[in-house]
Amino acid sequence: MLSISNLHARIADEGREILKGLSLDVNPGEVHAIMGPNGAGKSTLAYILAGKDDYEVTDGEVRLDGDDLLGLEPNERAARGLFLAFQYPVEIPGVANMTFLKTAVNAQRKARGETEISTPDFLRLVREKASLLKIGQEMLRRAVNVGFSGGEKKRNDILQMAVLQPKICILDESDSGLDIDALRIVADGVNALRSPERAFIIITHYQRLLDYIKPDFVHVLSGGRIARSGGPELALELEAKGYADFNEAAA
Amino acid sequence: MTSHSVLKTSAEISLSRQFGEAVGDLPGSVAVRDLREAAFAQFARIGLPHRRIEAWKYTDLKARVAEAAPLAHRAGATALAEIAARPRDVDGAIRLYVVDGHFHPEISDLAGLPDGLSVTSLAAGLDAGRADVLAILAGLDIAKEDAALALNTAFMRDGVVLDVADGAEISTPVEIVHVVTPSHAVSVHSRGIVILGSGSKLGLIERFVAGDAGHQRSDVLQVVVGDGAELEHVAVKSDDPAALAISTLTASIGSNARLASFGLASSGDLSRRQFFIRFDGDHSTLDLSGAVLLKDRMHADTTLIVEHVGLACESRELYRHVIDGEASGVFQGKVIVRPGAQKTDGRMASNALLLSGEAEMANKPELEIFADDVACGHGATCGAIDEMPVFYLMSRGLPRPEAEALLIRSFVGEVVDRVGNGVLAAAEQSLREGLDAAIDVWLAGRALALPHGSPAKGKA
Ligand SMILES: Nc1ncnc2c1ncn2[C@@H]1O[C@H](COP(=O)(O)OP(=O)(O)OP(=O)(O)O)[C@@H](O)[C@H]1O
Ligand SMILES: [Mg+2]
Repeated sequence: MLSISNLHARIADEGREILKGLSLDVNPGEVHAIMGPNGAGKSTLAYILAGKDDYEVTDGEVRLDGDDLLGLEPNERAARGLFLAFQYPVEIPGVANMTFLKTAVNAQRKARGETEISTPDFLRLVREKASLLKIGQEMLRRAVNVGFSGGEKKRNDILQMAVLQPKICILDESDSGLDIDALRIVADGVNALRSPERAFIIITHYQRLLDYIKPDFVHVLSGGRIARSGGPELALELEAKGYADFNEAAA
Repeated sequence: MTSHSVLKTSAEISLSRQFGEAVGDLPGSVAVRDLREAAFAQFARIGLPHRRIEAWKYTDLKARVAEAAPLAHRAGATALAEIAARPRDVDGAIRLYVVDGHFHPEISDLAGLPDGLSVTSLAAGLDAGRADVLAILAGLDIAKEDAALALNTAFMRDGVVLDVADGAEISTPVEIVHVVTPSHAVSVHSRGIVILGSGSKLGLIERFVAGDAGHQRSDVLQVVVGDGAELEHVAVKSDDPAALAISTLTASIGSNARLASFGLASSGDLSRRQFFIRFDGDHSTLDLSGAVLLKDRMHADTTLIVEHVGLACESRELYRHVIDGEASGVFQGKVIVRPGAQKTDGRMASNALLLSGEAEMANKPELEIFADDVACGHGATCGAIDEMPVFYLMSRGLPRPEAEALLIRSFVGEVVDRVGNGVLAAAEQSLREGLDAAIDVWLAGRALALPHGSPAKGKA
């Protein structure tokens, strides 16, 4: 469903190339983990997929269900079912979480030519997903991410994902900064969303998350491309050995 | 009229002729006539304010006002009947109409006024030579130099005088609706006076409505807040596409008193809201705030002078400008702390959001402090909309105009939140709804003007 081929991208302002021919295919129902050293370009990849315009794609292409993804606005990508849980979710002062969720749901439905969600249906949906993620009424009433702890922000992003029900979910370090219980909660939230139609790309530094969310594939992003791919055992190997082999490969 | 060569522009020459023709007809006792003559003479010494007059540096009326529109006449019965039939914005408010600069009691809600509230016309007060009114008209020293105020004093025709008796807490809001009716350009000079007796309370809403015939409007509201009294004032200028609109608020505040004034401005080619406020007493508070939304080639100027004379008073000024297109905004704020005004607590902030490359904002906050035990500060920011929140919202499905609208609403929301925190608490909901609707109208106009989607920078 998501097909990235030979993607080259640089930072628009400074021209430094970050992605140098990255290819990855993700099929429905699959869970792909992407690991890799700091600064390798994992977030860059996630942002490019979501449509942030700080980057310039110089070569290659990305297709979602066969359609060119890179020509679409971020909101159009969202409406087609792409979701990014941010490494650093953004604070939106003055906009209540609940209002925001409803605006987002309806914006996507409108873009897909569907009718607006009814208020009772919406409330039921949010209540169900929020309770799974142990998010209380108080957090729903507050302004989006404002004054939330690091872990609360991450859970709030996962709540948005659960409510929006995308088909391709990209999680950028959704586990970092989470305490042990929160990690479990987030993992349970993700697992509850797993389905044969939905795929996940999970960017993480730690094997621990992958104990809870079992990946089908593990990839190492290094030197601007997927330097190595394997099964869950690759994560264990990285945990033991680090990225020394890849740094040499990249150098 | 002594013919001063300073009055050179076509607009200035017309004003001089208009004054000569009108002064005999304008209401008022001999003392008022003297005041008018003196005010016009003061105006004639400098003419329309221009950029070399510090307080008008960014709003050069001499250059911008090509001609003075003819003075408005009293509106006819048909126009008044049509106005009286319009739906109400705030249910249950005591509605008073000032149409084309004349107060019209016959279409205003004067039956069954609450005890302690008296509503009369300024023209009647001027004719009677009311001593307290004359004292207020003489004005504050900090406003003495202002040419726009002087011009209003020369030409002021009518308006509403509200007297609130000592101890009277008027729980029903008073709403003054200023309407300009002619389909051709006219100029209107109105003046209102509000005198709050000690321990009294009043909530006052002013709404400005006009067609877009190129009107020129000058309105002044002069307020005296007695000891322990409280006034919450809200001015809404969202449906007033006047070519020129100058609103002036002067206030003197007694002890343990409170004045709050919020303004929304989202219409009009060239507008200025100016404030001259003095704390005469001790332990009082002032809360000035406003939201200004500009687009196309609009220009709006907010200029205020707050003078702390009494002890331990608290002043707060917060203004938010949202500027699109080729519009320009101005914020000039001066807080003066006189030698005896120890324990003054003053905070002033102006924040502007520039939505286009051509949008401009001039910020000039100033503090003049002559006392040593005070806490005063000011801050001014000016910048484009943050891309990160826009991207975050878009990544959740909101098209760019909606994402920006949400962020703009939240930016002005912080000032709109100040409405209804005082005497107008009971009217808070309908006021908020009206303000939100006006903001949405402005945003909708903007979304239409935006190209569909936005140029996707650097996409292959
Ligand atoms: N908008 C930007 N402007 C300037 N440099 C950027 C920008 N985005 C990314 N970079 C740079 O590109 C490189 C890749 O950054 P990226 O955030 O993608 O790394 P990462 O793999 O996610 O790292 P981490 O594991 O630390 O999150 C880094 O050197 C980073 O500084
Ligand atoms: Mg990263």
